[in-house]
Amino acid sequence: MHQRSRRPTRWLGSGFLALLFALIPVMGFASPAQADELELTVAVIDGERAGIPDAAINITGPDGFTADIVTDGEGLAVIAVPTESTFTLTLDEGTITEGVQGDNPREVSVLTRDKRVIFTIGGDGGGGGGGGITFDRVAQLLVGGIVLSIIIALSALGLSLIFGTTGLTNFAHGELLTLGAFTALVLNTTFGINIIIAGPLAIVLSAALWGWGQNQFLWKPLRRRGTGLIAAMIVSIGLAITIRYLIVFFFGGAPQSFEQFAGQTPIDLGIVFVTPKELIMSVIAIIVLTISVLWLKNSRLGKATRAVSDNPALASASGVNVERVISVVWVLGASLAALSGVFLGLTQNVVWTMGQFLLLTFFAAVVLGGLGTIGGAIVGSFVVGITVQLSTLIVPTELKTAAALFLMIILLLVRPQGLLGRRERVG
Amino acid sequence: MDFGFILSQSLTQAIGVTAIIYCIAAIGLNIQFGYGGLLNFGQVAFVAVGAYAVGVTVVEVGSSLWLGVAFAVIIAIGLALLLGIPTLRLRADYLAIVTIAASEILRFLAKSADFLGGSQGVTGSIGTEFYDLNPLPEWDRFELGPLSFSRVDMWLVMTGWTFIAIMTLLTWLLMRSPWGRMVKGIREDEDAVRSLGKNTYLRKLQVLMLGGVFAAFAGVFSAVSKGSVQPDGFVPDFTFFLYVMLILGGTARVAGPLLGAAIFWFLLVFVEQVLKEGVANDVITFISVTQIGPIRFILVGIGLMLLMIFRPQGILGDRKELMLDAR
Repeated sequence: MHQRSRRPTRWLGSGFLALLFALIPVMGFASPAQADELELTVAVIDGERAGIPDAAINITGPDGFTADIVTDGEGLAVIAVPTESTFTLTLDEGTITEGVQGDNPREVSVLTRDKRVIFTIGGDGGGGGGGGITFDRVAQLLVGGIVLSIIIALSALGLSLIFGTTGLTNFAHGELLTLGAFTALVLNTTFGINIIIAGPLAIVLSAALWGWGQNQFLWKPLRRRGTGLIAAMIVSIGLAITIRYLIVFFFGGAPQSFEQFAGQTPIDLGIVFVTPKELIMSVIAIIVLTISVLWLKNSRLGKATRAVSDNPALASASGVNVERVISVVWVLGASLAALSGVFLGLTQNVVWTMGQFLLLTFFAAVVLGGLGTIGGAIVGSFVVGITVQLSTLIVPTELKTAAALFLMIILLLVRPQGLLGRRERVG
Repeated sequence: MDFGFILSQSLTQAIGVTAIIYCIAAIGLNIQFGYGGLLNFGQVAFVAVGAYAVGVTVVEVGSSLWLGVAFAVIIAIGLALLLGIPTLRLRADYLAIVTIAASEILRFLAKSADFLGGSQGVTGSIGTEFYDLNPLPEWDRFELGPLSFSRVDMWLVMTGWTFIAIMTLLTWLLMRSPWGRMVKGIREDEDAVRSLGKNTYLRKLQVLMLGGVFAAFAGVFSAVSKGSVQPDGFVPDFTFFLYVMLILGGTARVAGPLLGAAIFWFLLVFVEQVLKEGVANDVITFISVTQIGPIRFILVGIGLMLLMIFRPQGILGDRKELMLDAR
């Protein structure tokens, strides 16, 4: 794939980019042979994700293509459509009881894969903030908040560790999540590996390529060159833009989903509805987070990591191999981000902007908890994730991320070191 | 391939309306980041404020454009105070995160506020008073050598570049004044300036306001030229592109933003046109038309990285002026 350069300083960023270029075409060209017709699945669900039967949808497409479909008992309707076309889907509001969230009619592009479109009617948020504060609603939002928190926490921990050890404010951290999800997507849809295996495999690949590789071929040479932290921050912005558009280039801009577990019927737990995948994901994530934190607190390498965060020069003088610690941190950060990418892909979908949209919430989480602290990143993530979801009780849905960002700014003014951070000069 | 056509298209864009919008905002950013050392990642918020101020005043309220411009300036100053008073004491990386977060909060607010048009934004004839001033004869096209503009575009380009010239002159005068020397001094060593008894905090706030007002003018120009204001035009990538232009042209150089914006748009359009022609004439067969858009931005990203690594001073810059560092 990519030959390792003996003189990495000469290669600088180009090494990592070559790596990207070398790998992604392999993925892109390995697309499966396409049939001329694909399945377009339309799901009509309510706010609690239960299917709505007997909803009528009109579909129009190019060359006079038109069809009317009606959802079955599970709220699903399937139709075969020609490939590489754009369709307009109109949900007949006369056949449903509440208004549709989002666009109706809706434009949908079917390119090379089967496509799933979800119409959500009524339920949480509709116009935002209108539903009233009921116990059920709070509980349901809390569940959503916890799932979101876990996804944020996995990425934020890595972001915080990388900041702690290298001082880099990594604006390309969201792209680690996106890359992880797309690596899993390629393994899953192109090579047909079940996501249960493709997920862990993607994490290993991400750790090696996007974590170790990125550090080895981009950031390590830059550190050797003595690039300043602000310059490095701007480099990370360039990297984020590059990765995002490389993904659009090879995979297109439309959201995609994994082959398995795309739609799951939620289980009724009395007060709240949870899908089995969310339950399993939460358990896995909590185990992973616990192991990571324990490892950082107790293992030799973990202690070395915290020593480097504290004072790199002193750690180095005490015999800690700083570069090795940084390498480990990048590997850990990339694997955690890939895991959160796979989880996000499972709960929502896989799209090139998935990491970019969450990047600011990662920052909010890390800054809230205390930049560079381990426990802080996790506590901050839960504060942010739950705030984002619960804020929809009061503010319109569009503003839920704004609520978390606002919380971050307020906290910075009152307690600049974050919830768990030590008092230090940030001004 | 018709290289004459490609070149004239690219040159037209290099001095065209979009380049002007970005250039004006980049001049503001140059004052903040280049001279003042403030890592403002939320410059797009000021552009949005300017655009919405005129858009709402003219279309929703039905008042005059000039009143809208006055509002744009006032609100931009207000935003600078709101943003600056709490955050200018923070370290550079915190300032970057807070400003980018603030710009996103503003965008989300604009998307959810009905009187700002929600996610559709504001559309209407925003610049009637401005277009009425157009003194140009009623010709169809105006030919400038290889370039060709419509009457409206010609008027926009003329006023735009005149405005840029005035602002550039203003920046130049300001930066060689004692005020400007102090601003640069703060960038180099804030503690040293403070130890001389200067109020560095106030200077930084003034720098943020000045750069913000410039950016608001960019927003006004954008609203007037497009006749619409859309919230999703004001994403963080806007600010990042400003940084690309600034760094390309030369940070902390008066002509940096001009050169940067013109070259940026020239290259962006040039690459797009070459690829389009190539695909259309089957010279380039391994990509499809829809992949041309992403390629341009891949090149922008790679360009930003390479510039920052190998030539952070850009075309005009002086490396010594860019020894910025946090921590």
